[in-house]
Amino acid sequence: MGRTLAEKVWDDHVVRRAEGEPDLLFIDLHLLHEVTSPQAFDGLRKAGRRVRRTDLTIATEDHNTPTLDIDKPIADPVSRVQLETLRKNCAEFGVRLHPLGDVEQGVVHVVGPQLGLTQPGTTVVCGDSHTSTHGAFGALAFGIGTSQVEHVLATQTLPLAPFKTMAITVEGELPEDVTAKDLILAVIAKIGTGGGQGYVIEYRGEAIEKLSMEARMTVCNMSIEAGARAGMIAPDETTFAYLEGRDHAPRGEQWDEAVAYWRTLRTDEDATFDREVVIDATTLAPFVTWGTNPGQGAPLSSSVPDPASYADVSERQAAEKALEYMGLTAGQALRDIRVDTVFVGSCTNGRIEDLRSAAAVLEGRQVAEGVRMLVVPGSVRVALQAVQEGLDKVFTAAGAEWRHAGCSMCLGMNPDQLAPGERSASTSNRNFEGRQGKGGRTHLVSPQVAAATAVRGSLASPADLAPSTAPVGV
Amino acid sequence: MEAFTTHTGRAVPLRRSNVDTDQIIPAHWLKKVTRDGFEDGLFEAWRKNPDFVLNQPERAGASVLLAGPDFGTGSSREHAVWALQNYGFKTVISSRFADIFRGNSLKNGLLTVVLPQETVERLWELTEADPETTVTVDLVARQVRAGSVTAEFELDENARWRLLEGLDDISLTLRQEAEIAAYEAARPAFKPHTVQV
Repeated sequence: MGRTLAEKVWDDHVVRRAEGEPDLLFIDLHLLHEVTSPQAFDGLRKAGRRVRRTDLTIATEDHNTPTLDIDKPIADPVSRVQLETLRKNCAEFGVRLHPLGDVEQGVVHVVGPQLGLTQPGTTVVCGDSHTSTHGAFGALAFGIGTSQVEHVLATQTLPLAPFKTMAITVEGELPEDVTAKDLILAVIAKIGTGGGQGYVIEYRGEAIEKLSMEARMTVCNMSIEAGARAGMIAPDETTFAYLEGRDHAPRGEQWDEAVAYWRTLRTDEDATFDREVVIDATTLAPFVTWGTNPGQGAPLSSSVPDPASYADVSERQAAEKALEYMGLTAGQALRDIRVDTVFVGSCTNGRIEDLRSAAAVLEGRQVAEGVRMLVVPGSVRVALQAVQEGLDKVFTAAGAEWRHAGCSMCLGMNPDQLAPGERSASTSNRNFEGRQGKGGRTHLVSPQVAAATAVRGSLASPADLAPSTAPVGV
Repeated sequence: MEAFTTHTGRAVPLRRSNVDTDQIIPAHWLKKVTRDGFEDGLFEAWRKNPDFVLNQPERAGASVLLAGPDFGTGSSREHAVWALQNYGFKTVISSRFADIFRGNSLKNGLLTVVLPQETVERLWELTEADPETTVTVDLVARQVRAGSVTAEFELDENARWRLLEGLDDISLTLRQEAEIAAYEAARPAFKPHTVQV
């Protein structure tokens, strides 16, 4: 019988298969950052173990790093200790590290792909749930806990329980004003935050095939918000074109050999999925969240739902609690929700394409009075590219703050946070209570909606804005 | 890892679904570089509310958490498991756990038990009616017992054996050195490397 993409990649990494045991899988690439690794290195040290494959391991600093004054010592002493701990651990165990200030520094899930390390048919892990991002290349990529980080450091393998397969087929073409972010928010609203539990999702269909690599990464990134173990997209010409010539992409004969293998990484015609979901791309529209989990979302043109409309008791209670926390009332038009802060960035939407699309909306326009807009590139390389294209000037001219690379306000581990009661439109991935700062309220949006919201001061899409004053053709 | 065979304790009924790991342990706690000292961060935001169930005096010393569906969603932070353990929880019961959280819990000897939602509801009712009710989670018999409730649960045999014996995963894997080395020797040369060695 035929196999799915996920099953092919899994099978190619089985080191050991034995009755009554989970498969032992080889890990091709292990990404590290400062937050989930210190206790793992400690474990190695206590057991007298080394890092088995430093040549398959790479670290960057992202969660704690400030986005201002990066040339000065980090003000928060606890953050500073954590970053210093990573530096000491990487030096002691011989792991390649891109620290704050390095040209390859950035959000771990932006750095891996841009270096060409994330490749089709590889297994990629990181102590971070958004590792699912790398599935955009046809890699089997998933987040792990610190015990597993230690396991991979020591053995370059992981024992893993079997998974189920789900196909999400997005038929037809996305309307012009609909982005990958709108698509994935709509998917999560449809299947729920637990809908993907136990599954590796393969996204397929015409709308997916037409997405750029950046957009595919946005989709796969948020697979975890549907509870999935991983999200994947079959590699194709778009994938190969993105990879060719990157620092760690194969070259010469090895490139040809790799591409020949990568072309085999497609779900067989006669393969079956454990669950199939079909979505009509043509029915989608700009999408935003109103609640406190990523499944609580709706089209921007609609209203805050009435909790009483939910048949399921636990969903109803969750909606009631969410509205209370978010300070919203049922029936309120989503477009009437005013925000204090707009955040563009994160491993979901902090890539060059995301910055380009936000800048295109801001060109010739101004951030509304009383609204603070932060633009945080996903990596130093993304920042340099944006500067080369003049995007930083567009942002600052519009009144937005252009910051240094990192995770920033996505999770507020650095000083970039919401104050209690403050409301944001954020291109990040989680609208959990307090995620962006204690008492902060988050609406998840696409970069285009974020930029339009910054201009209008309330949730908006570019279509809601008065014509730009920018000269035609800019 | 500490072995888990059977545990009996009083319970905390947590009537909430989708309790994400940001609620279990907020991000600012993640700056610590140890595995202990997370108990005060557990459910930090909710504990500011005096009505929150964990703040009720009769719940002091409880060691069984009875959670709503989709417990532990979101981030992969193992700190969520450590926070629950540091606080004194030995086991968590829910009708559905997020995958990464579940994996993390079992690697640390925090037994996460999946029971049907209607059974969780009955346990909620029992332990709300009488906070002195004890819940027994018996991994040997794969059974949860409390008052009139007796419920069987499933856990794959390998995970159960590791928990019962308190086995260290890394030591077990390192016994497979020959197979790992053989796999490494056969890997294609085009696979990526972070550094030349």
